[in-house]
Amino acid sequence: MAEAAMTWHGVITEVLRRSEVRLVTYVPDNVLRPLIGEIEADPFFTAFPVAREEEGVGIVCGAWMGGLRGILLMQTSGFATLANVIASLPCAAQIPMVMMVSERGTLGEFNLGQALVCRTMRPVLDALAMEHHTVTRLDETEFTVERTLRQAFATQAPACLILSPLLTGGKTVKA
Amino acid sequence: METLHNAKVMNRFDLTKRLVAKLKDEAVIGGIGNSNFDLWASGHRPQNFYMLGSMGLAAPIALGFALAQPQRRVFALEGDGSLLMQLGCLSTIATRAPRNLCVILWDNGVYQITGSQPTPAATARTDFVAIARASGLPQSHWAADEAEFESLVDASLAGEGPFFIGVRVDSQPAVAQPERDPSRIRDAFMRGVGSKG
Ligand SMILES: Cc1ncc(C[n+]2csc(CCOP(=O)(O)OP(=O)(O)O)c2C)c(N)n1
Repeated sequence: MAEAAMTWHGVITEVLRRSEVRLVTYVPDNVLRPLIGEIEADPFFTAFPVAREEEGVGIVCGAWMGGLRGILLMQTSGFATLANVIASLPCAAQIPMVMMVSERGTLGEFNLGQALVCRTMRPVLDALAMEHHTVTRLDETEFTVERTLRQAFATQAPACLILSPLLTGGKTVKA
Repeated sequence: METLHNAKVMNRFDLTKRLVAKLKDEAVIGGIGNSNFDLWASGHRPQNFYMLGSMGLAAPIALGFALAQPQRRVFALEGDGSLLMQLGCLSTIATRAPRNLCVILWDNGVYQITGSQPTPAATARTDFVAIARASGLPQSHWAADEAEFESLVDASLAGEGPFFIGVRVDSQPAVAQPERDPSRIRDAFMRGVGSKG
């Protein structure tokens, strides 16, 4: 992996490219800003924001059914809006809809609402029996992201990558 | 241009059959409930995707598909209650402006399948075509009658989209239902549109 790629967002951008994940939909999050910026700047990707996370699930599923691999980026609060559409579309129809969630609500959260909604994320993923991994270390990012993508596409199963503040630094304010 | 309040109230099954009769290899994404039931009843085609859950996602699924297969046209068939739940997708469609996408709205003013309760949009006389235009989709029209519906479909098959066709329909339920097997439906669709098999 190139020297310039050795930031968490650089590694993820390169793994997405190598895994031929061309379509990137997102609802922005401050922590994801450098990743979104890098992807938007790279003509390999078709990247755009959506009005609501549910819409992104539909777009990524429709694209995959048409032969184009995609991913949906969002923050924890966005994931919490999705249980119904994940269950009824990618889980039910066996579509490898891959999500990447910037984890808010833990390790120094300042917003109580974020802290509370964060607690619903892994229980929902577990209830749907979805493959999910939390990325905490830069040296494990390439492996975890690449293998999660590979397994999702090979087994036609939705998956979720959670980007921990341990990896990204998260978002904090002074107490 | 026809406005909502003088467009004729037509029948979804009749118009779905008229649409399907014009299609060759175009993809069609049928929205929750009646939209996909009537699509199924109009004669199954391998290029049809019958969306069984995820209310409101027919147009987003069609957008993703349109981006994946720019050479193939794709129609989204969506109910008014469903679109109301996901209005933001019209702006997203307008931003990407896929030339091969047409959204057809079946506006019966009610949530027919859950007991025909009026939608807030119907009660407020919300004009979905006006919303589509204001969202950045200038090629948005109400179909005044069956003949105009057919000519709007013809135009969407010949020209460069995105298109939005609003249709006032009666509150008849669908006539039949597809088999409820989502992965089989998805697999058949993918083979029908050449992305698998
Ligand atoms: C998120 C969500 N909320 C509610 C429902 C229940 N539901 C299923 S179909 C439907 C009505 C659909 O209305 P519309 O799109 O206007 O189609 P119509 O039944 O009138 O043909 C509702 C409320 C659902 N499936 N999903």
